[in-house]
Amino acid sequence: MIDAYWPILMIVFVLAVVMTIAPGMIWLERRMLALWQDRYGPNRVGPFGLLQVAADAIKMIFKEDWIPPFADKATFILAPCIINATTLLAFAVIPFGPGWHISDLSVGLLFFLAMSSLGVYSVTLAGWASNNKYSLLGGLRAAGQMLAYEVFMGLSLMGVVMMAGSFRISDIVEAQQNVWFCIPQFLGFFLFFTAGVAETHRLPFDLPEAEAELIAGFHAEYSSLKFGMFFIGEYIGITLISALVVLLYFGGWHGPWFHPVVWFLLKVFFFLVIFIWMRASFARPRYDQLIAFGWKLMFPLALLNLMVTGAVVLAMR
Amino acid sequence: MIAETEVTAELHARFGEAAFHEQSTVDRIPTLWVSRDTIREVVSYLKSEVDQPYAMLYDLTAIDERTRTHRDHQPDSDFTVVYHLLSFDRNEDIRLKVALHEPSLSLPSISDIWTSANWLEREVWDMFGITFDGHPHLRRILMPTTWKGHPLRKEHPARATEMGPFQLPDEKQDAEQEALHFRPEEWGMKTGGPDTDYMFLNLGPQHPGTHGVLRIMLQLDGEEIIDCVPDIGYHHRGAEKMGERQSWHTYIPYTDRIDYLGGVMNNLPYVMAVEKMAGIEVPERVEVIRIMMCELFRIASHLVWYGTFAQDVGIMSPVFYMFNDRERIFDIVKAICGGRMHPSWFRIGGVAADLPKGWDKMIMDFVQYFPKRLREWDKMVMKNRLFKARTVGIGEVSKDECVDWGATGPFLRAAGFQWDFRKRRPYSGYDRFEFEIPTAERGDSYDRAIVRVAEMFQSLRIVEQCVKNMPAGPYKSDHPLTTPPLKEKTMLHIETLIDHFLGVSWGPVIPPGECFVGIEATKGNNGYYLISDGSTISYRTRIRTPSFRHMQMLPLLSRGHTVADVIAIIGSIDFVLADIDR
Repeated sequence: MIDAYWPILMIVFVLAVVMTIAPGMIWLERRMLALWQDRYGPNRVGPFGLLQVAADAIKMIFKEDWIPPFADKATFILAPCIINATTLLAFAVIPFGPGWHISDLSVGLLFFLAMSSLGVYSVTLAGWASNNKYSLLGGLRAAGQMLAYEVFMGLSLMGVVMMAGSFRISDIVEAQQNVWFCIPQFLGFFLFFTAGVAETHRLPFDLPEAEAELIAGFHAEYSSLKFGMFFIGEYIGITLISALVVLLYFGGWHGPWFHPVVWFLLKVFFFLVIFIWMRASFARPRYDQLIAFGWKLMFPLALLNLMVTGAVVLAMR
Repeated sequence: MIAETEVTAELHARFGEAAFHEQSTVDRIPTLWVSRDTIREVVSYLKSEVDQPYAMLYDLTAIDERTRTHRDHQPDSDFTVVYHLLSFDRNEDIRLKVALHEPSLSLPSISDIWTSANWLEREVWDMFGITFDGHPHLRRILMPTTWKGHPLRKEHPARATEMGPFQLPDEKQDAEQEALHFRPEEWGMKTGGPDTDYMFLNLGPQHPGTHGVLRIMLQLDGEEIIDCVPDIGYHHRGAEKMGERQSWHTYIPYTDRIDYLGGVMNNLPYVMAVEKMAGIEVPERVEVIRIMMCELFRIASHLVWYGTFAQDVGIMSPVFYMFNDRERIFDIVKAICGGRMHPSWFRIGGVAADLPKGWDKMIMDFVQYFPKRLREWDKMVMKNRLFKARTVGIGEVSKDECVDWGATGPFLRAAGFQWDFRKRRPYSGYDRFEFEIPTAERGDSYDRAIVRVAEMFQSLRIVEQCVKNMPAGPYKSDHPLTTPPLKEKTMLHIETLIDHFLGVSWGPVIPPGECFVGIEATKGNNGYYLISDGSTISYRTRIRTPSFRHMQMLPLLSRGHTVADVIAIIGSIDFVLADIDR
């Protein structure tokens, strides 16, 4: 009986976890940033300001949902849906523990890469459909940035795939029984994490929105729930990248004493905080510097990592 | 009789004595009246031919002379255009005046001799309706294009209540909105190159990166900037016009709001200029108190710049640390002045009150606490590699360009020119203090940051010396024109009572004269050119601000860079909109 309903239970479970983490991240980010920046952050609504998120959500839902008359209406509406759909779909292949997954695809990792590639359409289309020069610049930057970072993101993962001999994420986790891949694949981890930050366009890779220059960039014209979807989409994206970093490089749910799911969530939480911490401390590079960094440094490093790992795996056989 | 100075002798030798009429002024700057036919020759002679040339067009403004009564020995004139030149080699100034008579209010433009004259001439046209022949683009600069009249003319009303009720019928609204349409040709911009159409990006007036209501039209090819035109005037409040209706004393609070981050430092050139005309010598204690407060405000202003600059290049956190420490300075300012950002605390002939009990401990605590923080931020911001990548080589400008465009302050020093009015022309007793003038070499955004950070250390040194060597004595000078006057004797003699009564009710009557005083303010050289007509109010108040000149340089600094760089450049200029528009 339970076996038949297990996938449905898992869908509910994954959605519940993700949809709790993402808004929770808003609160966590604001409080953590405040902590590092010698201020309080939201602390008035509810205990420790926890209900601030609820207040924000209510505000966002009841705000006027305005579509600029000069925007391309259909695309304008489609754009925020894409980012939510792709990031949530990618969670389908994320196992939270042994057997705690919606679908253990044999090409899980490729599925994730496909979904994250689709995600860029959201930002680019939003920038284009808004018909606003700032949004357009943001959309253009997003497209350029994604192109540069997508390529080595995929390549950087191949080291892990070679070592585990599978694209199935649960296989990759199992392969880390003895040693986490962050040790043999340190370079791969560094590359993937960098690409992941770029993928979620968080500081220092937040050029598509760059508040100091482009104000809000691609989502400047969005209001109400559509803006909310971008907002939440970003946090789901961060959660997704953190989950993958944990699964691929930090032993997934492996760990002593606690239940595997607890271990997994704890590790994810750690990387979420790293994301916030980076936002508090990094500067924003210029667009061309960022692209040059991607193509001229990260891409060759990813190739190098691929070749060395390949050679070592071959030699060990 | 005026003693002949070296420069007047040189000019007489070159153009003949008949070409000039000399006027004496309170500030002893050689002031010569020149005819409008020779002004161009005289100016270009002084800029490029004379030994030790006058390299900087320090100021260019005008005076509406039509209602002035005390014009002893000055040539007859309806409007006078004033050129104020500065020679770094001589460490001297010269003022040239051109008399204009109605209805022919025009004279040749000097914008081809000094690029910085471009905006200054536009301002004079905007404010007085004087045209400059040969100016490339003479259009309004501070007032809206639809404005009727020229505000600094005496017949133009100074208050809204004199203008009748404001109405906005539909036709007027349409006309106003039509005038807001952007047409590149009107801004002196091309719409396309040989094989590209440019994109125009409207940056501001509501944009977080412009630090206020500044509008910049960017002409873009992709993200690369082909040209840009700053549009100023959104913060124009007519501070110079207000000077013509406020008493000498009640104008002080308005000065606070010019460079609104500089607080009491804005009062200093104003009160010093008034004191000079009134013949007031302030006690030594007043001088030291003034320096101490000014240097504290210099640090406070630089802190705002530091934090926002870091934020402009995307570092999120430092701005909070810097505002926190600025708050510590404001605690001191609050304790001493009772106000925070705009204490308006200096007075003609002194300061508003004596230092409170325990002031020295507060300041010494800060002096001991602050250097550690500065060094920490050095690691966080100045040594940050991403920060360097964003600022080194961005917005580079040479020393000669700076001089030509009229740049002063940290901007000029970052280009390798060690010029600081506190050292070169010590005012208010700066010569009694030990401090250094930091400079840098390349003149890019990063170097401007280096100079300002180093200046904070020096300011701290000066503040410390002030605390350790604060002289005893009165906080106001014993002079009939000191406002408000010292009260000790008020109830004892009838004369001082009358003085007190008049000084407080009318405000002081400053003897007729002209005087300019400039100081090394937070952003560069800030100065007041005051003309008294022997009354309780100023006849003309000219405020020479550094940010106006620096903003004019923006196109020069940003051509060839990207949109993101413009934000970094704007941040590195460190301007305040009120300081541009006044």
